[in-house]
Amino acid sequence: MSVLVDDDTRVVVQGITGGEGKFHAGQMIEYGTNVVAGAVPGKGGQEVHGVPVYDTVDQAAREEDADASVVFVPPAFAADAIFEALDSPVDLAVAITEGIPTQDMARVNKRLSEVDTRLIGPNCPGIITPGEAKLGILPGNIFESGNVGLVSRSGTLTYQVVSNLTERGIGQTTAIGIGGDPIIGTDFVDALRLFEDDSDTDAIVMCGEIGGEDEEEAAAFIDDYVDTPVAGFIAGRTAPPGKRMGHAGAIVSGSGTGTAQSKIDALNDAGVPVGDTPEEVADHIESFL
Amino acid sequence: MPQATDGFDTTNSGSAKHPFELTMKLHEYQAKQVFADAGIPTPPSTLADNVDDAVAAAEEIGYPVAIKAQVQVGGRGKAGGIKLVDDADEAREAADAILGMDLKGIHVDRVLVEGAVDFVNELYVGVTMDRGEGKPVAMVSTRGGVNIEEVAEEDPDAIVREHVDPSFGMHPYQARRAVYEAGVERDVANDVASVLQTLYTLWDDRDGADAEINPLMVTSDREVIAADAVMNIDEDALFRQPELAEMEEDAAGGDDLEAKADEYGFDYVRLDGNVGIIGNGAGLVMTTLDLVDHYGGKPANFLDIGGGAKAERVTNALDMVFSDENVDSVVFNIFGGITRGDEVARGINEALEGFDEIPKPVVVRLAGTNWEEGMEILNEDLVTVEKTLEDAVQRAVANADEVDQ
Repeated sequence: MSVLVDDDTRVVVQGITGGEGKFHAGQMIEYGTNVVAGAVPGKGGQEVHGVPVYDTVDQAAREEDADASVVFVPPAFAADAIFEALDSPVDLAVAITEGIPTQDMARVNKRLSEVDTRLIGPNCPGIITPGEAKLGILPGNIFESGNVGLVSRSGTLTYQVVSNLTERGIGQTTAIGIGGDPIIGTDFVDALRLFEDDSDTDAIVMCGEIGGEDEEEAAAFIDDYVDTPVAGFIAGRTAPPGKRMGHAGAIVSGSGTGTAQSKIDALNDAGVPVGDTPEEVADHIESFL
Repeated sequence: MPQATDGFDTTNSGSAKHPFELTMKLHEYQAKQVFADAGIPTPPSTLADNVDDAVAAAEEIGYPVAIKAQVQVGGRGKAGGIKLVDDADEAREAADAILGMDLKGIHVDRVLVEGAVDFVNELYVGVTMDRGEGKPVAMVSTRGGVNIEEVAEEDPDAIVREHVDPSFGMHPYQARRAVYEAGVERDVANDVASVLQTLYTLWDDRDGADAEINPLMVTSDREVIAADAVMNIDEDALFRQPELAEMEEDAAGGDDLEAKADEYGFDYVRLDGNVGIIGNGAGLVMTTLDLVDHYGGKPANFLDIGGGAKAERVTNALDMVFSDENVDSVVFNIFGGITRGDEVARGINEALEGFDEIPKPVVVRLAGTNWEEGMEILNEDLVTVEKTLEDAVQRAVANADEVDQ
C-alpha cells in the first residue's frame, strides 16, 4: 500500500510539450504511471507519448478523469500553473519547478488554505509509490516496494538514502520529496501524518537539512502523535554559519535555531535516532523492522 | 544636537536576520533612490567616486554631512567607513580616508555624501517574508538605530509584527495598528504609517526579500526621514525586475575561486579544509561534506554542479577544485536522477586526460541513472572508483592524509 499515489492515480502533466515535461512524462509512463493527459495552453488537440493534450487542466481533468497533476512549467509561469491545478478537480498537485519567486509562493500558500487540494513542492523531485506510480523526476530503478515511508527536503539525498535501504532489501511504501524552498505545500508534519495513518508503513525515514524550523516542528509532532518508529538524517552539520549552500533552505543563520545540532537535539528528544551517515539511517530502520 | 552615528552602523543587516532566500542586495544609494522614487523622504545625497567630487557634493548639500562607504558589510560605522564632517577640510580628509580603504576585505571605491539629520528619535520599519507562516510580515519598533537583531532577541515585544495577506496587500489600518501598537508618538504616527504602507507596496511590487529602514528618523521639527535603506531582491524574481537586475551587484568580498564559480554558474562555497568535494544536489553535497568530517577529514569546499550536468560542466568543476591550492584530494560523488553517469564519466576523463600528471588524487563514486555505463567509461588509470558513498569519502580522506604527511 501507499500514501497519496498508486496505480489508480490518473495523472495530468502540465507542461508536457516542453523539454523537461516531455522527457519526464515519458519516464513516468515507462515506470507504469497512469498518465492520462497533458495540459498546455494553446497545445490542445496534440498528443505526446500517445497521451492527449488539453488547453486547460480543467478540460484534462474532466475529459480524462484525472485526479493528480505534475507541474513541469518554467518558473515565470509556474505559480499560475499551480493555481490552475488547485482550482481544478484534481486532488493533488506536484510542482517540480525550481526557482519560483517566493512572493508567488506566498500567494499560492494563501490559496492552499482555501482549497482541499494538496500541493507537494515546489523545487522537489516528486513522489513515488514503488512499482505503482511516480509523479516527478525520481529515478524509479533505485526504489523497491516495501514498508518504509520516506520524506525528504532534498532530491539526490533522497536517492542516496533510498539506495542504502533498497540494497539491504528494505523497500518503501511511498517516498515524498517535499522540496527545499522557503514556502512549500506539504511539509514534514503533513507527510508524517500520512505515513502514521497508513497501515502498511511500519517505519519512517525523515531527511532534513539545515535552515528553517520545519524539522523542529516535525520532532514535536512525532513526540505527540507518531507511534510508527522514525529514523532521521540531517544534512549540513559542517556547513559554516551564514553561508548559503545551494538550496534556498540550505543555509544556517548561526543564531541557534535552524542549525543541524538544534534539529538533531529536537529529534533525539522526540525519541528519533539520527544517523551520522546514510548507512546508519538504514541500520536504525533495519532495527525497527 | 544628537548626531546620526549610531544609526549609520546598521548597513544591510537584513540578510543576517532573514537568510533563507537567495537575494540580490542593493547598495544603500540604490535602495535610497528606489525609496525616494516611491515617495519615502530621504536626506539629500550624492554618490562620489573621488575626493574632489565628494567635497563638492558636501559643499552643495551643506554641513554637517556624513561620508558613507558604499560597501555591503555590516558595521561600516565602527570599521571607520562612515564619518560625520562639519566643513570642507574635514570632508576632504574623510573622503580621502574612506575612498580606497579596505573595509572587512572589500575595497571602497564609492562614497555617499549625505546631509546629516538632526533627529530626536530613531525608529525601525521593515517588511520581510515570514517563512514559518508563509506570509509577509511588516514590522515597526521605536527602538531603531541599533542592531535590530539584538532587540529581536532580547526584547521581542519591542518589535510589533503585522502579518499581511499577500493576495490582498497591506490594509491601511494594518499600518496604523502596527504604528500605534509600537508606541510611535501620535503627532508623527500618520507619517510613519504612510512610510510603512509605501515600504510594503515597494516590497510587493519589486519582489523584495527584505525592505528595511533603520533608522527611520524623527527630526526636531517632527519630520520622518529614512536615514538608511536596505532593499534585498528575491533572485528568483529578477527576470521580472529588469530595472533592478541591471543595478550593479556587489562584488561581495568573494575570493578569486568564488568569482570563478560565478562564471561557471556553480553553487560554490570555499572552506578551509583540504578534501575537495564535487557532487550534485545541495542535500547530497552537504552530506558528503558531513561524511568527510565524520571520517576525520576536513572539507575544502561545497560544490554543487546541479542537475543534468553535461561533460563540460564536470570538467569545469574539476578545474575549480584543482585551482584551490589547499586541496590535497578530491571526491566526486554523483547520484544521478536527471544527471547521467555516462556524461559525468566522460567529463572526468576529458578533464584528467589533459594532464601529464593528475594534480590531486580523485575518487569517483557514481550511482543512479546510467551509473554502470559511467563506470565502464571511467579511465581507472586516472581515478579511483568506489561503489559506495562511505567508501569513496574514506578513500578521499586517506588520500588527503597521505599528501599531508
